[in-house]
Amino acid sequence: METVGTTDLIELEGVEKVFDVRKKTGFLRRERHQVRAVDGISFTVPRGEMVGYIGPNGAGKSTTIKMLTGILTPSGGRLRVAGIVPSRERTRLAQRIGVVFGQRTTLWWDLPLIDSYRLVHRMYRIPDARFRENLDRCVELLELGALLDVPVRQLSLGQRMRGDIAAALLHDPEVLYLDEPTIGLDVISKAKVRGFLRDLNTQSGTTVLLTTHDLTDIEQLCERVMVIDHGRLMYDGPLAGLHEVGESERTLVVDLERELPPMEIESARVVKVEGPRQWLAFPAAQSAAPLVARIAARYPMADLSVREPDIEAVIAKMYAEKATS
Amino acid sequence: MKGMRVRAGRFRLYAAVAEGGFRRYATYRIATAAGVFTNTAFGLILAYTYIALWDERPGLGGYDQAQAVTFVWLGQGLLTVMALMGGGFEGELIERIRTGDIAVDLYRPADLQAWWLASDLGRALFQLLGRGIVPMAVGALVFDLALPADPLRWLAFLLAVALGALVSFGLRFLVALCAFWLLDGAGITQVVMLAGTFFSGMLLPLNVFPGALGDLARALPWSALLQVPADVFLGTHTGLGLLRTYAFQLGWAAALLTAGRLLQAAATRRVVVQGG
Amino acid sequence: MADLTKTRAGQAGQPGRAGPPGQEGTGRLAQVRSGLRAYRLISAMWIRSLMAYRLSFVMSALGNFAVTAFDFAAILLMFSQVDRLGGYALAEVAFLYGASCTAFGLADLALGSMDRLGRRVRDGTLDTLLVRPAPVLAQVAADRFGLHRLGRLTQGALVLTYALVVLDIDWAPLKVLMVPLMLVSGAGIFAAVFMAGAAFQFVAQDAAEVQNAFTYGGTTLLQYPPTVFAKDLVRGVTFVLPLAFVNWLPALYVLGRPYPLDLPVWTAFAPPPVAVACLALAGLAWRAGLRSYRSTGS
Repeated sequence: METVGTTDLIELEGVEKVFDVRKKTGFLRRERHQVRAVDGISFTVPRGEMVGYIGPNGAGKSTTIKMLTGILTPSGGRLRVAGIVPSRERTRLAQRIGVVFGQRTTLWWDLPLIDSYRLVHRMYRIPDARFRENLDRCVELLELGALLDVPVRQLSLGQRMRGDIAAALLHDPEVLYLDEPTIGLDVISKAKVRGFLRDLNTQSGTTVLLTTHDLTDIEQLCERVMVIDHGRLMYDGPLAGLHEVGESERTLVVDLERELPPMEIESARVVKVEGPRQWLAFPAAQSAAPLVARIAARYPMADLSVREPDIEAVIAKMYAEKATS
Repeated sequence: MKGMRVRAGRFRLYAAVAEGGFRRYATYRIATAAGVFTNTAFGLILAYTYIALWDERPGLGGYDQAQAVTFVWLGQGLLTVMALMGGGFEGELIERIRTGDIAVDLYRPADLQAWWLASDLGRALFQLLGRGIVPMAVGALVFDLALPADPLRWLAFLLAVALGALVSFGLRFLVALCAFWLLDGAGITQVVMLAGTFFSGMLLPLNVFPGALGDLARALPWSALLQVPADVFLGTHTGLGLLRTYAFQLGWAAALLTAGRLLQAAATRRVVVQGG
Repeated sequence: MADLTKTRAGQAGQPGRAGPPGQEGTGRLAQVRSGLRAYRLISAMWIRSLMAYRLSFVMSALGNFAVTAFDFAAILLMFSQVDRLGGYALAEVAFLYGASCTAFGLADLALGSMDRLGRRVRDGTLDTLLVRPAPVLAQVAADRFGLHRLGRLTQGALVLTYALVVLDIDWAPLKVLMVPLMLVSGAGIFAAVFMAGAAFQFVAQDAAEVQNAFTYGGTTLLQYPPTVFAKDLVRGVTFVLPLAFVNWLPALYVLGRPYPLDLPVWTAFAPPPVAVACLALAGLAWRAGLRSYRSTGS
């Protein structure tokens, strides 16, 4: 059937989404203008890959996800998921994809968690044996055993997110879309969710596309990252390469034993001084070890920590460069 | 000196809260337009049924036909002002109690009851302007209404509406606080809304109610919401009678607001005991 | 975990592993069946949810009964002062009232929460319905399915029964047939109004109240005889928004009274095709609304 034989599960070619926006310009006057939320995006995702899809708010991330799930109809370009054109066969595609919207639970608020799964079981027409098998696996890996009989309204945010992820996987989707799966979660919950996703991807070979604000999600889960801004794909490649492309910098925070004038160290520069604490910026692609050694040799160092570059800053810088070049 | 300054600060605070209540509803222009449309449609339907009724019995309840039809449009105009079918602050307050957010409110320096009263009066003022005027104007275009010629009577009417808004708040504040003791406030809200619809005159002017039912309805607080302001508008109460009418509204307002204070104190104790 | 890899790998590439979509075939009929199934599943979930607050459910069912009974109480209060209204006696008005309320109650029970669509569009939760393998219309129709709405239906049915008992009607087979026909067609017409109202909210999310004018307003209008209203209003609800076919035309036939606009008698039998036409138009409006949502995302 269709393109089942090919390895690319998700295919986009010059996909566009243009919105008509009406803006108030006077008491009754409105002006129409077009916003290109997604402006010609092309990429493919092979089966079994785990890809991070990042970008600032309003960059076109969720518009892309909505087109990939069939919620929105593209204004132009070609788009296929598992060989299906999402906007044309939305309900058929629904059987083959799983979607988790980070801030919108699909679980039933007043009912025990298990009831939501029973609905999924019947709505997706999952064969009984397969449903039990998948449920058991999710319950075990996501540690849901004690929660199945608890009404969803009594679950914590982290528990609910795990519950939502399970709900999206019971029908064995080939692709899982995750929209901000770790937003608002505590550190332990984040670790649990990430661990599960990693296992899911490596063990079951489920293709995962995730959008996030949390760079750690990407670092721990995705070998490939795509950056979108102003509706365009700015970067598509490994995470390490993103730092190089963005020429971003990491920060070394050094606590000295006493207040000193700004340190002088090659290949790094002091960007801030606050009492005995000094901030040094150095290229993200460069290792911190020799830098630390150099500082330790010349200055009385009490403590230090490394800060990763802020994703928004990296993207902002990338965009600024693209605009000037 | 200091006391006065504190009081002035308080007043400014509540004025700002009231303005916030006004603005919040003013933001939803399409919703307001939709509401006006619906009020007008209901006004048209009900006006014709009243005309049919007064055709059969001219002078029923002491109203002539024009007054009866005017009553219909006053009802549509004041429906949201008095939150006769809900839609005021109470849903939000109940939600805050249910989720436990109320604990934060109780420890705020501002008084809970005064805070919500200010906000609700702001809302009522917006509803009066935004949803009261247009249906009334449409009613006046389509039908022969008994509009007062005396500007003083318009003022008297506005005062009656203001007092009615106080009574309306007092009722709904009590209802909302019940959520401290009930798991879900929807049921009690509905029961009180029902009483409000029936006993305010929204269903039929209370002076058309037969015998003892009419006497009872006119004595209950809900009559202060629609029947009383409408009667002031239609000129039924003048002179000393007008003062008696205001006293009736004020009496209920004072009683309900006091009951609200007592219930609020009890609720606060409960929150403290439960630890929020 | 190892066998898990195996099962998954063995299945990779087979489309529609969980519940083959082809099984049901395609086409309109399959879509309707799948929609009804989704409606049943989702409404069952809402009933269970409601039962989590049993006391509240009982109160809101009683409240629903009472609030609609008030409309009839108003009519009783009117008749405590007069013998006739617009030339109709209490039993005849009760018949109109019962028919209007029962037909509306059926539609309200089935689709009464469709006016929440605007809110779902605003807060983005409509998207969660769009990624499920079931028609959105069915999911939205079953949203917040509330058995407490039986209150209104019960109340309407009681008044209708009362009217049928006290009315002195010369029952002919056609008249007997007319009563159930009227209720079902009327429910269909009101269902179309609910659907069209929801479709309108795709365009104007904050305008939920507009549809109240046609639903609640419509049923209130139909509770009174047409003689009460201005000719233009009666014309409007006959030819523009055909609410008159819910109960006025068929009920006046049963009561043996002429229709005010001098319409021929056969129009009393028009409600079924009128209902079908209304539902078809509402369905088109729904599709247009959903299409516009999917192209604008708001």
